[in-house]
Amino acid sequence: MNNFQYIRTTSTKAAIDAVAKDPDARFIAGGTNLLDLMKRGIVSPEKLVDISRLPLNKIEREASGVRIGAMALNSEVAENAFIKEKFPLLAQALQAGASAQLRNMATVGGNILQRTRCHYFYDTSLPCNKREPGTGCGALEGNNHMHAIFGFSEKCIAVHPSDMCVALAALDATVLVSGPTGDRKIAFADFHRLPGDKPHVDTVLEKNELITAVTLPDSPFTKNVHYLKVRERASYAFALVSVAAGLQLENDTIQRACLAMGGVAHKPWRLASAEKALIGKKVTEATFRQAAEIAMQGAKSFEHNAYKLKLAPNAIVQALKTAAGIA
Amino acid sequence: MTDHQPDDNNSEGLDESRRDFLKHSSLLTAMALTPSTVLKAASSQWDERLAGAFEKISLSLEVNGTKHSLAIEPRVTLLDLLREQLALTGTKKGCDYGQCGACTVHVDGRRVLACMSLAVMQEGRKVTTIEGLAGGDTLHPMQEAFVKHDGLQCGYCTPGQIMSAVACIREGHANSAEEIQEYMSGNLCRCGAYPNIVAAIMEVKKEGKKL
Repeated sequence: MNNFQYIRTTSTKAAIDAVAKDPDARFIAGGTNLLDLMKRGIVSPEKLVDISRLPLNKIEREASGVRIGAMALNSEVAENAFIKEKFPLLAQALQAGASAQLRNMATVGGNILQRTRCHYFYDTSLPCNKREPGTGCGALEGNNHMHAIFGFSEKCIAVHPSDMCVALAALDATVLVSGPTGDRKIAFADFHRLPGDKPHVDTVLEKNELITAVTLPDSPFTKNVHYLKVRERASYAFALVSVAAGLQLENDTIQRACLAMGGVAHKPWRLASAEKALIGKKVTEATFRQAAEIAMQGAKSFEHNAYKLKLAPNAIVQALKTAAGIA
Repeated sequence: MTDHQPDDNNSEGLDESRRDFLKHSSLLTAMALTPSTVLKAASSQWDERLAGAFEKISLSLEVNGTKHSLAIEPRVTLLDLLREQLALTGTKKGCDYGQCGACTVHVDGRRVLACMSLAVMQEGRKVTTIEGLAGGDTLHPMQEAFVKHDGLQCGYCTPGQIMSAVACIREGHANSAEEIQEYMSGNLCRCGAYPNIVAAIMEVKKEGKKL
């Protein structure tokens, strides 16, 4: 790993100033993704600004919903009694991610900003438009069994690797951000980008902006929820496909639904049309199958990931059945 | 024969050019071994940054109850600090990329991966490694259980497994074999001693001792 300057800051403002002043400076919090990328020479920041001790780690109830500090550890959020009671879908998604050790290190802000796990992005000897714009997408004609079936471009077919973000997308989260010119709020659906012509830009966050918190509105999805993660081993692997599903039921009629998928696109993939199609319907496998068909409209596969065209709708049905208690 | 009388050192001019060459070549060597941050600083004549990149940072932390005051480069991981500077080689370097769990240690009571932790970020923290688990010659109950249940074959992953296993029970995630499997999934064992590791953890959990 190349050496770098290290700065420990005690205030959010000082941290933002330190990064704003230096084009080659980066924030570091948990470091579970950044150090990995630095060891492999994918990124080489000249200065790291340690934000891990900033007072941004609280999980606080708000008048409506909850505010989760960006420095809260993944394990702290997953184990938090209030989160488990009011936002069980988020707790389940967090528990499905990484390992106990990594969840003790990774922060909420860092999880949102983690880079893709595409092998072409990680191997500096191979082309990748995300790592090195203009070199081409190695996965397009290469081994693409982990890759996207929605929202990709010919420049990049990588997927976003987070589990937590799939739940945050389903639960209508908002990302709170501070920068040199002030604070702003970004709806979770707008936070991550599709690759388009600029796959090297993952999010709409500016380089010198810092995520300070995530907020969630009060959620009706407290009981009938399920986070289903399909992967190549039983635990501690990235998702091939994952589904965050929540239902608000009255008897066996669906009042509201939330639905998002992971492992299928460059960003957490919200299934808004399928959610709408579920409202007012009875809880049956046929209802869920129909919603899954709507969700899969527009999906397109590559040489090695055609299995996702079958796996994804089946995962949606299974997640909804489990959430509804009819699995 | 005198101590120093190389043939090319008897003329002032040659001496000068040799010195220049040495200066030059050592600068080149330094450049080759130097991170881009220093090169950029050197080319921009930013003395401040040049100093900054070479600077060792002071670090105070406690490892297995012993306080250490050290000076380290920012890029040193906690794993390398433990193994190479504090000679605590019980913590193993398996993958060095956060994928295998062999380097699991406790920092302020939490199990973490030492290979993915910068040592400078551990200022003031308390680190426990496998060496800090036993009480003198008395093995920790988890170590006893691993021996009893043969929870290892080659033994390379064992320190990480044991540190993770202790944390697994302390966290309250050892209530069934399935739960142990899930919460121990960050520790890989390529010999495949998993059933015995789970048996060892279940026995320690059942004994109900305070760990």
